[in-house]
Amino acid sequence: MSAVDQLQHDVLVIGGGGAGLRAAIAVAQEHPDLSIGIVSKVYPMRSHTVAAEGGMAAVIKDNDSAEDHIYDTISGSDWLADQDAVEMFVEEAPRELIQLEHWGCPWSREATGHVAVRPFGGMKIQRTWFATDKTGFHVLHSLFQTCLQFPSITRYDEWFATKLLVDDGRCQGCTAIELRTGQLRPIYAKSVIIATGGAGRIFPFTTNGAIKTGDGLAMAYRAGVALKDMEFVQYHPTGLPGTGILITEASRGEGGVLRNNKGERYLADYDLGEPLPLDDPRHPQLRTMELGPRDRLSQAFIKEQEKGNTYSGPYGSYVHLDIQHLGEHRIDTKLPFVRELARNYGGIDPVTESIPVRPVVHYMMGGIDTDIEAATSLPGLYAAGECACVSINGANRLGSNSLTELVVFGARAGRNAAQFASASDPAAVDRLESQVDEERARIRRILEQPSGGDRVAELRREMTTTMEEGAGIYRTQEGIEQTYDTLSDLRERFGSVDLDDRTNVYNTDLISALELDYMLDLSLALAASARDRTESRGSHQRTDHPDRDDDQFLKHSLAMRGDDGTPEVSFRDVVITKWPPGSRTYGSSEQAKAATTES
Amino acid sequence: MSTAIETMVKFEVFRYQPDWDEPTYQVYDVPYHEDWVVLDALNYIKDTIDGTLTYRWSCRMGVCGSCGAMVNGYPKLTCAAFLSEYMPGPIRVEPLVNFNVERDLVTNLEGFMDKLESVQPWIIRDDGATDELKSEYLQTPAQHAVYQQFSMCINCLLCYAACPVSSHSDEFIGPAALALAQRYNLDSRDEGVEQRRDVILKDEGIWECSFVGECSAVCPKHVDPAGAIQQAKMTGAIDYYRRLLMPWTVKS
Repeated sequence: MSAVDQLQHDVLVIGGGGAGLRAAIAVAQEHPDLSIGIVSKVYPMRSHTVAAEGGMAAVIKDNDSAEDHIYDTISGSDWLADQDAVEMFVEEAPRELIQLEHWGCPWSREATGHVAVRPFGGMKIQRTWFATDKTGFHVLHSLFQTCLQFPSITRYDEWFATKLLVDDGRCQGCTAIELRTGQLRPIYAKSVIIATGGAGRIFPFTTNGAIKTGDGLAMAYRAGVALKDMEFVQYHPTGLPGTGILITEASRGEGGVLRNNKGERYLADYDLGEPLPLDDPRHPQLRTMELGPRDRLSQAFIKEQEKGNTYSGPYGSYVHLDIQHLGEHRIDTKLPFVRELARNYGGIDPVTESIPVRPVVHYMMGGIDTDIEAATSLPGLYAAGECACVSINGANRLGSNSLTELVVFGARAGRNAAQFASASDPAAVDRLESQVDEERARIRRILEQPSGGDRVAELRREMTTTMEEGAGIYRTQEGIEQTYDTLSDLRERFGSVDLDDRTNVYNTDLISALELDYMLDLSLALAASARDRTESRGSHQRTDHPDRDDDQFLKHSLAMRGDDGTPEVSFRDVVITKWPPGSRTYGSSEQAKAATTES
Repeated sequence: MSTAIETMVKFEVFRYQPDWDEPTYQVYDVPYHEDWVVLDALNYIKDTIDGTLTYRWSCRMGVCGSCGAMVNGYPKLTCAAFLSEYMPGPIRVEPLVNFNVERDLVTNLEGFMDKLESVQPWIIRDDGATDELKSEYLQTPAQHAVYQQFSMCINCLLCYAACPVSSHSDEFIGPAALALAQRYNLDSRDEGVEQRRDVILKDEGIWECSFVGECSAVCPKHVDPAGAIQQAKMTGAIDYYRRLLMPWTVKS
């Protein structure tokens, strides 16, 4: 191929969701001389940012303070967040949200014309900006439409990135399959940003769309970058049984309550405070009951299930989320999507009935090990968004911090990758060609594998099943080891995976196989990290090690891919600045503590 | 477990690959589930019967806009088309009409992407370059309500499949892109009406719409592109006469 046909950019962004688009715009605005490529396996407006509902946290109101947002985030993380990163994140958040506002994001407003904020779980002040309950949709479309104005951005829509190109210790691009033709081509760059989102699809029951297969995490992992804190998986407490469709936390922020099969507001039994009557003007109370953090609410569900206090249906146990008392007008103004989803997919109208809900895999706190600058350990490689782990989320992310994370760290990744590119030589194309050939051969092997092996869907089903069994909300040594063994077996069997589709154009069977390959790596890394963290913290609950152990585990786990492809786990200290680890209290115990402090 | 015999539904799915001379319809038998949507049936086929079936999907909750197709001749999001509405079947699934087919249910979106970009769907302001991001632009709920409906477009393109003008003109900018142009024109924070004028008022813009209103009828998000286009025609007409009769009122 001649030099003219080569695909080359200064900065290459892999992933066209919120973080990737924000990164690309940062480069385009601040370095108009640089050429930018965005590789995305779907048209960017299909990216899963689109499905975020409730809102986006940033300190904007006079009654709020950065200090409060920082404390909520750190305590919510069960002290596993890096505090320097959280401080920076909270400081930069308001500017980034104002930027989105100036790019046209249709935020819901107060009568004065200022943006409105709503309460969210684990936050002690109302600070969640929202665009009804379609915040992610509006943020994504605002960013995508904004990015269309920059001629320096070239999009590779429906190109599936497969591998990072690394030479001389520096990331210099990736290979990608153009779905329309089936061709695998190198796209060279001076720096690369991964922004491919999470990997909820390694579990069977998830809010995540079909595309959330963690490709970017696996590519970084295979290039020798560590995956950090992979054992921390967020179960959102309120998904629709069966489909796993998300019913936003904003429904509780607006005053919705959870009830068990006895009609009780059972969260009162789990150290989350006292329920107030629904007509009490103080309801809903911040950082209390239904506005507790997601890990604690999902864990409470399992305990209720064990007590026989849940309903049972064709798709397993569930409890009731009741928003009827909000009334039709408020539901239609503040939670129109909740009503639409409950009607269409739950078959009930939340204006007159309770919504059946159960915990559902929603978000990965862990991800590609990045620092506060969004840089990885591999020079020239950056990551931002759910695929990255800075970490600001630690052992449990607070609702409405993740959309903010996309733009704060997306912008930082863009700026830093642009600087790196400006100071770097072009990719060493000649030396990289052999890597491209190897990658082409790897994919051809999968495509031309003789028949007789397992189908992609079967291996995927077994993977998701074992992940839920061994790496769900409550975990044990034995269960995790069993899962790890099953995954190792699946990894073997993947070697002879049998595709139905051997053609080139839009071969989604092949893409599913490549995604499964990546997901198996991530599942193994997750299981190994969960096995080695013998404590309970945030979303990682070990029934055989029920307490938090700060002496041994106030540390991030780091899974590196060994030479034989298996994960090796080590640990690194958490950064503590001003907030020494304390007890994580919500509801009444917190109010009691606050009262003591004040008196 | 129930011992009743499973009810099956026949699916007739459009199949096409670029090296085929002709498309064909393939029949699949899928077990009926009351709470299944057409997308669940496609996934069932792909996972258990035929891995070569090719279609787009992701969120399966009606917001990513990927999974539009013709279901029994009508443009639908397959994730929102319940089997129960089509019983006893058969259910015919075809790619969205008025687009070229790449393979099976996958259509070519490049034309739409160009049209979307052509209407400049972003906030345009005179002070754009000097924006210091000190505070938010104020926008009252009433100002927000003026454009809010048109901001709900998920780009699923069902409206293009329903549009009689799009069926005979590739050039027509079409319902979704024109609705988005109107969304920005009506946003109190935007000052880009003049810049979008030429694209919207040119031959392929709003005047080509014959106001059949099918686009609004099929829109799964109640965006009402037909209404947006009618509004834009009204504004365009007033503007035309204003330019003609009162040129001094027009910003240069």
